[in-house]
Amino acid sequence: MHAEVPVDFRGGGYAPHRVAWASAATLIGLIALWQGLASLGWVSTAFASSPLAIGRALVQLGASGELWGHVSASLRRLAIGWVVGTAAGLVVGVALGLFTLARSPGMAVVSALFPIPKIALVPLFIIWFGIGEGSKIVTLAFGVFFPTVINTLAGVDAVPRGLIRMAQSFNVRPWSILTKIVLPGALPAILSGFRITTSTAIILLVAAEMIGADRGIGAFVLQAGNLYDTDNLLAGIVVLSAIGLSVSWLLGQLERLWLRWR
Amino acid sequence: MSGQRGVDQRGVGLRVAGVHHAFGDLAVLDGLDFEVAAGEVTVIVGPSGCGKSTLLGILGGLLQPLRGQVLLQGTPAADCLNPLTFVFQDFALVPWRSVAANVALVLEDTKLSRADRERRVADMLALTGLSAFADAWPRQLSGGMRQRVGIARALAVRPAVLLMDEPLSALDAQTRGLLLEEFVALIARTGATTVYVTHNLSEAARLGQQILVMGRRPGRIRAVLRIQTPLSERWADDPALQTIERELWELLRADAADADREVLHAR
Repeated sequence: MHAEVPVDFRGGGYAPHRVAWASAATLIGLIALWQGLASLGWVSTAFASSPLAIGRALVQLGASGELWGHVSASLRRLAIGWVVGTAAGLVVGVALGLFTLARSPGMAVVSALFPIPKIALVPLFIIWFGIGEGSKIVTLAFGVFFPTVINTLAGVDAVPRGLIRMAQSFNVRPWSILTKIVLPGALPAILSGFRITTSTAIILLVAAEMIGADRGIGAFVLQAGNLYDTDNLLAGIVVLSAIGLSVSWLLGQLERLWLRWR
Repeated sequence: MSGQRGVDQRGVGLRVAGVHHAFGDLAVLDGLDFEVAAGEVTVIVGPSGCGKSTLLGILGGLLQPLRGQVLLQGTPAADCLNPLTFVFQDFALVPWRSVAANVALVLEDTKLSRADRERRVADMLALTGLSAFADAWPRQLSGGMRQRVGIARALAVRPAVLLMDEPLSALDAQTRGLLLEEFVALIARTGATTVYVTHNLSEAARLGQQILVMGRRPGRIRAVLRIQTPLSERWADDPALQTIERELWELLRADAADADREVLHAR
């Protein structure tokens, strides 16, 4: 008679999944905790304000129209800078991904310029393009351009060459290979890049607006900080966070739509 | 499989003249000369790494030989949109296109009107039993169904020569058996000249009218076998085919063992 021992289960874990209510509960809990600490006087509102005060500030800013003035100026710069940088980055990234003649010279330039902190270039761009809109948009576009190039190149490299050879074997034209095989195949990496570049663009937007602007969320936050007006300062930061979340949600929807084949 | 078009003998063959190929210093093909007769199935067998797929790439114009050339013999039919088309081992389906769109891809740059393209795609899906899966994504299909899409795509352009690169090797044994019989029926129906690369000797005996046996790298033609029995009169357990399988194995055994050791060494 042999002894019988149950086999231990050891295959669990390493498979985290998202619990929607836990995300919402965590955020609500943190805001409630913050409000509670502020109401009890354990956090000085002179330094950190409170969620209710920030909410009131947002309502006042919205009612006076001041909020929309700053938001619209920021969104305009963000949209133009991001679109210009992204368009240029996509073209260069695809060229580096497909053409030997472009790859080595292009990568040398991209590798040399990519590590430069783009905020450090804002004063230079102000000298080149003036204190107005030009320098801000160029700063954003420049910051967006390099990550777009690198992600697009990685995406093009990741397109299975077997698919391209298949298309060639069926005499599919080069333009169709680009638009029907290469670009859709690179799209997952390009969209991942968009998540990085939209965050980068918001960071650079605020930096550029803090250096030389009287309109825009960055300028508004800086002015509020100079006046020790933490209610409005944090209201500006909430608006920036809302812009970031909205862009992220929009990208998520695009991924769901364009990558539904995965 | 429903019939959308009748038997169509296209009458196009291939002649391979003095083809050599190498990847860097590694000689892969060493002076190949042979003919692929119009309307016949030529099977190429050989040990791993002997250059079978490289040869097929050269036949289809996807690789440029170091020396020598491949000549198309005869004139493709008027409705032929692409004389040489491939069926790939890994299916090479575009994952972001539906089944129907994968087949349509190879027609979109042709002179066919939109209506003709749609009709042609529907015909090919019907021919390969895929009509119910027209809107499915490739990832939703089994391996056998994916390869049927590969076949539908290849036949959609009415090829004169069908180049099949180990089309069953990624499939399980049962699906292989089923699909092999479908291939036999499709080849007989379309009459397209076929070059079929495989390392599976029973597939070679079932399909081959001419079987080219390649030696290990650098690949040369070691033997040419001809089977006169028509495809429609062969069956899987046919003793005559089993004799041919054994004959092929005897020709390949030593090279296959050497190739296996070579691959292990290379790892």
